[in-house]
Amino acid sequence: MSTVEREVKIVNKYGLHARPAMQLVEVANKYNSNVEVSKDALTVDAKSIMSIMRLAATKDSVLRIRAEGDDAEQAVEEMAEIVANGFGEMDEE
Amino acid sequence: MKLSDIIVTDAVIPELEAKNRDDAIKELIQALADSGAIDQSDVEEYTKAVLSREKQATTGIGKGVALPHAKIKGIKKAVGTIGRSSEGIDFSALDYKPVYSTVLLLSSPDDPDEHLQAMETIFKHVQRDMFRKFLRQSETKEAITDLIHEADELG
Repeated sequence: MSTVEREVKIVNKYGLHARPAMQLVEVANKYNSNVEVSKDALTVDAKSIMSIMRLAATKDSVLRIRAEGDDAEQAVEEMAEIVANGFGEMDEE
Repeated sequence: MKLSDIIVTDAVIPELEAKNRDDAIKELIQALADSGAIDQSDVEEYTKAVLSREKQATTGIGKGVALPHAKIKGIKKAVGTIGRSSEGIDFSALDYKPVYSTVLLLSSPDDPDEHLQAMETIFKHVQRDMFRKFLRQSETKEAITDLIHEADELG
């Protein structure tokens, strides 16, 4: 068991809207670890779309991704990469 | 942001005539036009935009709820409505279950923050078991309107 935590900034124009949120939830669910995402004082379960949309994370806000479990490292790494890459939306207007 | 800031209660449909996803979206956008919230001349274009977004990834988030939406040029301020279906509609939802409550949202592409705030408000309420349950049981426009106001008061 290990706990891994990383901060990553939202870089795409539209922020963490529904499609990106679903991407994150999908990735989080690939892992056994418990995964949480926080913005400011709000921490939510990264495996639930209903929860993650509560973050209303706009461009330039910082997410803290925290995973606890045997695959925590990989979970945090993959999720942070998706966020840092702007959810593949960086070419959009 | 409050639900009542977003939802046009005149455009709420207590029992959708539509039996499928595309017709439900069209019916809700038509209701927004009928209520005066959007122009009749925009109905077709807005419907296409929401359907096109829906085809990229379902907004049927599970537990009987779908939140079809799109960012549309011409929309100045986020506007939405709610449709109920007692039979349930197939949205190819994430949990493969039928959708009984559809919350439609149209927002401005120039204000992504407002869109996220509106979505946050909608998710805040639909993630609550009681809200979903009461919405499913609300059979009139008045009952849904009351529910929206009660939910807003609850915060």
